[in-house]
Amino acid sequence: MSRVRTFLLAVLFLCVFCLPLFSATQEFLSVQVKEGQMRSTPSFLGSVMASLAYGDRVELIEDKGAWKRVAIRGGKIKGWVHMSALSTKKIALRAGTADVQTGATSSELALAGKGFNAKVEAEFKNKNKNIDYTWVDRMEMLAVKPDQMHAFLKQGQVNPPEGVAP
Amino acid sequence: MKRDSLILFLLLPASLVICGCQTMLTATEKVTTQAESIGMIHPSYAQAIKKSTGAVSKSIEEFTPEQEYYIGRSVAAVILTKYQPYTNQPANQYLNLLGQTLAQASDMPEIFRGYRFLVLNSDEINAFATPGGQIFVTRGLLRCCRNEDAVAAVLAHEIGHIQLKHGIQAIKKARITDALTTIAAESARALAPNEVAMLTETFGGAIMDITTTLINNGYSRSFEYEADNAAQTILRRLGYDPNGLVEMLMVMGKNLKSGESGFAKTHPAPQDRIDEIQQKLGIKYSRVRTPDARQARFTKAVGKI
Repeated sequence: MSRVRTFLLAVLFLCVFCLPLFSATQEFLSVQVKEGQMRSTPSFLGSVMASLAYGDRVELIEDKGAWKRVAIRGGKIKGWVHMSALSTKKIALRAGTADVQTGATSSELALAGKGFNAKVEAEFKNKNKNIDYTWVDRMEMLAVKPDQMHAFLKQGQVNPPEGVAP
Repeated sequence: MKRDSLILFLLLPASLVICGCQTMLTATEKVTTQAESIGMIHPSYAQAIKKSTGAVSKSIEEFTPEQEYYIGRSVAAVILTKYQPYTNQPANQYLNLLGQTLAQASDMPEIFRGYRFLVLNSDEINAFATPGGQIFVTRGLLRCCRNEDAVAAVLAHEIGHIQLKHGIQAIKKARITDALTTIAAESARALAPNEVAMLTETFGGAIMDITTTLINNGYSRSFEYEADNAAQTILRRLGYDPNGLVEMLMVMGKNLKSGESGFAKTHPAPQDRIDEIQQKLGIKYSRVRTPDARQARFTKAVGKI
C-alpha cells in the first residue's frame, strides 16, 4: 500500500511540476501550406481576414475542434485557422539556419523545400521525358477566391445548414 | 485500493495532457509499466496506453503537405500521359468553382497549394485524385450526372480520398521508410549526389505505386466506402442533397458496360455502393430537386458534355 502511495505522490508531483511550466509557455504552431487562411469565425463560412505564409509562426490562443484561434504579429491580429494548415513542428525555410545547426530533431523541425521537391521532380522529369507537366502547371492557374465561392453558393441557392459547419 | 486506482486512472491521462510533450511519452510508458507491475493496472489496459502513446510518436514521422504536393504533381502528370485533358474552359471553370468550394467544407480544407480540378477527354467512366490535390473526372463520368448535386457528390468522393490519405497509403511501406530516412538526413546536411539519385528513385517508385493503384488496381472496397462516407458529410455541410450520390450511381449502373475498364474494374458495383450508403447513413432515396438557377448553370457548363 505504501508503494502505491509513493507512486501516486510521484504522479502528483509530476503534474504539479509540469503545470506552471505549461501555463507559462506560449504554444506556437507553424503554417505548413503555401498560403494559409485566417478566418473571422471557426467555420469555412467565416470571412478570410488575413493570409499566412508557409513557415509563419502563430500563437495558439484557443482550441475549438478542428479550428484553432491564433494570434499573429505579437497578438495584434487574432483569428481562426483550420488545423489542416498548421503543424506543431517548426518549419525552417532554409537549410543551415540556427535551428538546424543546433541539431533539432526531425520530430521538432521540418525543412521546407526538402525531400520530395522541385529538384527531385526535375530529376524525375529528366529520366522520364515522355511525362508532360504542361497541364499540371496550367491547373494551378485555376484558383478560386473565397468571394467567388460565396457568390457561387448564393447564385445556386446552396444554403449551408446552421450548426453543421466544421 | 479501488479509490487509489481510480485516482491514478484520472491522473495518468491528465499528466499526459498537461505535459503534452514528447518526453512525456517515455515517462508515461515507465509510469504505466510500474503501475502494471504492482498490479494497479490490468495488463491489457497497460498495453493500450503504451500502444496509443506509441501511435502518437509514430504519426510525427510522415510526409509534409509540401512533399505530398510534389508527389501529386507527378502522379497527375503520369495520369495525363494516359488521358487527354478536355480543354473546355467553361466546364473546367465550373468544376473548379464547385470542387474548391466543396473542399472548404471537408475535414482537410487546407493542403499545400489547394485543390484543382480538370475534365479528362474520355468516354470511360473514371475519376482520380492525387495526394497533392489534383482531381480528374472523365466526360464519361460527368455524363452520369443529371444535376449539380450529383457532380458535387463525384467531386466530394475524390476529395474524400485525399482527406483520408488513400493515395499515400498506396505507396509501399519500405519506400516510405527509405524516403523519410533520407529526408531526415537532409535536415542536418546537404545530400550527397548519390543520395539525391536514391531519393529520386524512391520518388519514381512512389509515383508508380500510386498510379498503378489509381489506374489499374483500384483501392480496396473499404476505402471506396470511406470516401463515399466523407462525401456525404461534405454534401450535408454545404446543403447539397446527399441523394446526389445515389442518383449518380443509379445512372452509372445503367451506363457501365460489362468488361469496361475504369470504374467497373476499380470500384465496387454501383448498386453495392448505394446499398452501403443507404444502410450506413440511413438515407431514404427521394428524387433530387434542385433550384432552377442551379440546374441552369449545370446544364450550361457540363449538361451536354
